[in-house]
Amino acid sequence: MAGAAITFREIEGRHGYYGLLAVCGIFLALGAYAYFQMEHYGHIITGMDNQIVWGMPHVFALFLIVAASGALNVASTASVFGKSIYKPLAPLSALLALALMAGGLAVLMLDLGRSDRMIVAATHYNFKSMFSLNVFLYTGFFTIVGIYLWFMLERRMNPWSKAAGVAAFIWRLTLTTGTGSVFGLLVAREAYQSALLAPMFIVLSFAYGTALFLLTLAAASAASKRPLGDAITGRLKNLLATFVAASLYFVAIFHLTNLYYMRNHGVEHFILINGGIFTGLFWIGQIAIGGILPLLLLLLPGVTLSRILTACVAIVIGGLAQMYVTIIGGQAWPLDMFPGYTASSSFFDGVIHSYAPSLVEILLGLGGVAIAASIVIVALKLLRLLPEKLDNATLDLHHAK
Amino acid sequence: MSEPQKSGSGRRDFLGATAAATAAGLGFTVLAPGMQLIKFAEANTNTVNTASAATTHTASAKVRWGMLIDTTRCATGCTDCVTACATENAIQPGSGRPGQSSQWIRKIELKEQATGREISLPMMCQHCADAPCVDVCPTGASFKRADGIVLVDRHSCIGCRYCMMACPYKARSFVHEELTQQNPEVPRGKGCVESCTLCVHRVDKGQEPACVEACSKGDHTAMLFGDLNDPASEIAKRIATTATSQVRADLRLDPGVRFQGI
Repeated sequence: MAGAAITFREIEGRHGYYGLLAVCGIFLALGAYAYFQMEHYGHIITGMDNQIVWGMPHVFALFLIVAASGALNVASTASVFGKSIYKPLAPLSALLALALMAGGLAVLMLDLGRSDRMIVAATHYNFKSMFSLNVFLYTGFFTIVGIYLWFMLERRMNPWSKAAGVAAFIWRLTLTTGTGSVFGLLVAREAYQSALLAPMFIVLSFAYGTALFLLTLAAASAASKRPLGDAITGRLKNLLATFVAASLYFVAIFHLTNLYYMRNHGVEHFILINGGIFTGLFWIGQIAIGGILPLLLLLLPGVTLSRILTACVAIVIGGLAQMYVTIIGGQAWPLDMFPGYTASSSFFDGVIHSYAPSLVEILLGLGGVAIAASIVIVALKLLRLLPEKLDNATLDLHHAK
Repeated sequence: MSEPQKSGSGRRDFLGATAAATAAGLGFTVLAPGMQLIKFAEANTNTVNTASAATTHTASAKVRWGMLIDTTRCATGCTDCVTACATENAIQPGSGRPGQSSQWIRKIELKEQATGREISLPMMCQHCADAPCVDVCPTGASFKRADGIVLVDRHSCIGCRYCMMACPYKARSFVHEELTQQNPEVPRGKGCVESCTLCVHRVDKGQEPACVEACSKGDHTAMLFGDLNDPASEIAKRIATTATSQVRADLRLDPGVRFQGI
């Protein structure tokens, strides 16, 4: 079989490599600076307040966490669904999943009002809380995907890698269900409170994770001078287009369902029509750039690698826009405690809440991205994760055909 | 044969350098906070013990503290309850944007869209029997006392703000900055979430919440505090004989605060 013939090798990593690490280092340092600023002064220096309680750090964190689950697609397709052509890329897929999860979780934890109390979060559990359950799902993800990666890399453990792959597949679906449910179970807020959010987050994760995987693979192949055959990218772009289309379907159903309920007309009107930045980000960012543009780039004839990668970048931009609209747009719409009444107070009842992200929030988020990138860059040099060759013949195109 | 060895040796060097750099970095970021973590873990244990002791001696499930607010007596523009709360709990406007300041109780002015009828009422934590903030809190810092008062354990709140997302009444505030001039009986702290405690420190001494007392002193008597479980209490009698309502009754959270006139 193809797997046995393929040689994996670390990337050489010379001058450009350390330059890239240095860039990551700068963003890590800026992220650390932002964290210590927030730790020292408190959240008063952020754009968040008692109305918009989750801000830009959560946009980055949840995007990375959701994408982490989706980054495992390639490995799952190889292990669970037996598509051998993806098998040589499965280790990179698992590594990227771990790296994205680490970056996302770091941002989430460092944004806490009392991030110094992580020991409390690790020792006190409320099993009715979706956050508490997610603590288990996230740590379990590291453990299971870590074991899966080990089984793939260690020849003696190879026979068990399929079982580990199945476990990782089930776990990551559960994990993204948990992430979507963080919002889905918020019964008081009209923008959320929907069971659809859990499956929608799963489908979104497929698109975001696959897009980031393709970008990582292309970057790694270019940097290590291992030309990437179009067999793998050609297949992945079809998969990616399916995920993007499915994401658009879920988003459409989510909003159409809400529009059927009179009580949700206000928030839907806000997001879809007159929500200012949120409406713009929804239609231009999430739908046009993150949905329609990638579909055109991926499905119109004459697809090239650069077109696929452009689609991937568009999906990532759309994903960040989606998280912004979902997380911040959902909070910007005021709680409707008294239906049939207009409300006003000194605590901003009855008004649209405004939010302007601060620099420290953005730097903290970018620090999380830098953590993920650094892990991938360092691991590619330390571990034999990438096939020596990525051309069509090596990836066993003929067999897969 | 020699090339893979070179590669392996380079890898080991790189691994060694990375490990050294990581260890140095971790030394700064982990060890110092580690000392803090031990302190907090100990503090938290003490808190739990203190809380359980308090529960044993002062809070009883036989009691359900609650409040009845008569909006027909609540005057538009009157903020006696808000001022009393701020004084009692040492809540001052923060130095940041107005939206970042804590508000444990606020006056809401309502106008019925169909008729133009105006209502004024105080809004605070509704001390729900099935509180969403308690459900979603990952560490159990949001908790309900046996007597129905919903509180935040300042020692185990990690400041995730999930409870603020879950509260249907926008009753919770996050402390955005360092605080000074606190009331020793009402501990508050930067990075934690807080809300109306129903003046638990006063209630445990047999007094009424400060807002209720101020409303009575101002001769409005729009706020009535008492034991909902005691059929002989004035609040229980009023609720039994007068039409009252709960805000967001559709959520079936069984709030301890009832309203008249809406």
